[in-house]
Amino acid sequence: MANESRPVAKKRKLIDPHIHMVSRTTDDYQAMADAGVVAVIEPAFWTGQPRTEIGTFKDYFSCLVGFERFRASQFGIKHYCTIGLNSKEANNEALAEEVIELLPRFAGKEGVVAIGEIGYDEMTKAEEKFFRVQLELAKEMDLPVMIHTPHRNKKVGTSRSMDVCMEHGIAPSKVVIDHNNEETCKEVLDRGFWAAFTIYPKTKMGNKRMVEIAKRYGSDRVIVDSSADWGISDALAVPKTADLMIASGLSEAAVDAMCYYNALAAYGQSGQMKESDWLDLKTVDSKKEFEGNSLLRGGGPEAPEDSRIIT
Amino acid sequence: MSAQTLLLDWLKSRMAPQGVAWLEEKAALLATGAQEKTVSLSFSSCLRYSGKSPLALAHADLQAARAAVPGWNPGDWTCDQAARIFLLVSLPPGSDSAKMMDRLYQTADVAEAVALQKAAAVLAFPEGHLARAREAIRSNIKEVFEAITLRNPYPADQFDVIGWNQMVVKTFFVESPTQEIEGLDRRANPPLSRMLTDLAQERWAAGRTFSPQLWRCLGPCADDRGLDGLQKALAGSPVEKRAAVLALASCPLPRAATLLQAEPALAAAARAGSLTWENL
Repeated sequence: MANESRPVAKKRKLIDPHIHMVSRTTDDYQAMADAGVVAVIEPAFWTGQPRTEIGTFKDYFSCLVGFERFRASQFGIKHYCTIGLNSKEANNEALAEEVIELLPRFAGKEGVVAIGEIGYDEMTKAEEKFFRVQLELAKEMDLPVMIHTPHRNKKVGTSRSMDVCMEHGIAPSKVVIDHNNEETCKEVLDRGFWAAFTIYPKTKMGNKRMVEIAKRYGSDRVIVDSSADWGISDALAVPKTADLMIASGLSEAAVDAMCYYNALAAYGQSGQMKESDWLDLKTVDSKKEFEGNSLLRGGGPEAPEDSRIIT
Repeated sequence: MSAQTLLLDWLKSRMAPQGVAWLEEKAALLATGAQEKTVSLSFSSCLRYSGKSPLALAHADLQAARAAVPGWNPGDWTCDQAARIFLLVSLPPGSDSAKMMDRLYQTADVAEAVALQKAAAVLAFPEGHLARAREAIRSNIKEVFEAITLRNPYPADQFDVIGWNQMVVKTFFVESPTQEIEGLDRRANPPLSRMLTDLAQERWAAGRTFSPQLWRCLGPCADDRGLDGLQKALAGSPVEKRAAVLALASCPLPRAATLLQAEPALAAAARAGSLTWENL
């Protein structure tokens, strides 16, 4: 088991503020709950296969506020989401126009904590156009913004994302710049934005590097997430990073800030995410009632005595 | 009093005056045929004004609800549900509004979907809500499934026998409390008895348990296989035994009376009304 070494009595509460649970299994939910994850934010993003119809966007957004919310609740995890048109699919302009029309229908719903993840992929004209349209929507809805920074030409893309936010009069305190690295984070923090780091094998940040960044820049406005999705990624990236940070001598308070409180403060600005949302949940016990409903048969955390036996 | 008037009365004593004013303004707009965007946005943003506290209605309120709409039981409704349903009942009744509600349902979050399903209890033009209600029976989100299934008169009044039977069997399957289904005894039917007999046999074969309330829906229309099942339950745990006795007492077949002779004391209690499904 991944978390055998975690002391159960002193389990830290954690938030993964960027994870694509539609691509993950119930085993992941179970492991995350066991590791102390109490809340997740699932940003609307692309799903690997480019969409060609508006209906698939509609159903995807509906899933984020519907079935996925229910799936998480079976494990005692509060599920929030962000709504937006991602930068890759902004390049299908005709479809993108239709998606923009659809967004207000979802952006005002319960548990939608930001417009996102939006920003740049290749920094094309189409991406620029729909990025700006969505910044205006965030302003109109008074919602925070989650920025996806590009893999290629990252440093320029990150600076430019912040410039455009400023141009639209959005306060840096309402914007989370995600997928930072050693090269981008200083500018992001200096300019007053939230700096999120994605602990994702190979392509983004590793947790040892993250420890070094935290030592160098401190925990103020720094957020750790997994962005775990349909790729080779790790749904336990936040708990593993928290563990490594403690083992590396970072303070409890600093780890709590980076792996819990900062995400709550940033996305709590939406008015849609409060600590009481999960502190008030009853203890998950599949034998008991949960939020007024007993759990689905076969669902919910229930550790079998012998893992080779399926009941 | 209409459901609409009752809902507003209840909300007035539970919401801030500005919230009530907002709700009344939106309801007036909706009543005169507002644009779909207005309907959708007010339905979504309701929650900000209503909060999610339980309505916690008094006994007299529940009686008034029953008087307004037979079978209406808002005992577990919350303020956001009441506010959203108040908006829905404000729409002009008819197929245009029902289709708009179908579209609201397609993009609903969990709480909105629950409100749309609970609304079926009080909405006019019931035939317009049938497909949506049937869809909720297929939902894997238990809250949504229970919103139409439990404490809601709509299914017993509107579902055909296929829809009804699927709903009842699924309620057992997901282990929701079937005794909270409205019209359960009234809608007993032979195909349902056969499906429940199969479910009981399947559970026994798998070594799994099931609610003894299953026998309640099976008894009145039990066939010979159903009675075989009841005979087995009669030899089961005390609660199974009591359930089997009650079910046999509701069955008109001579073999049921014969089986009951094995439990004369319980059979007498069932006849006298001291043993019931409620105190099982």
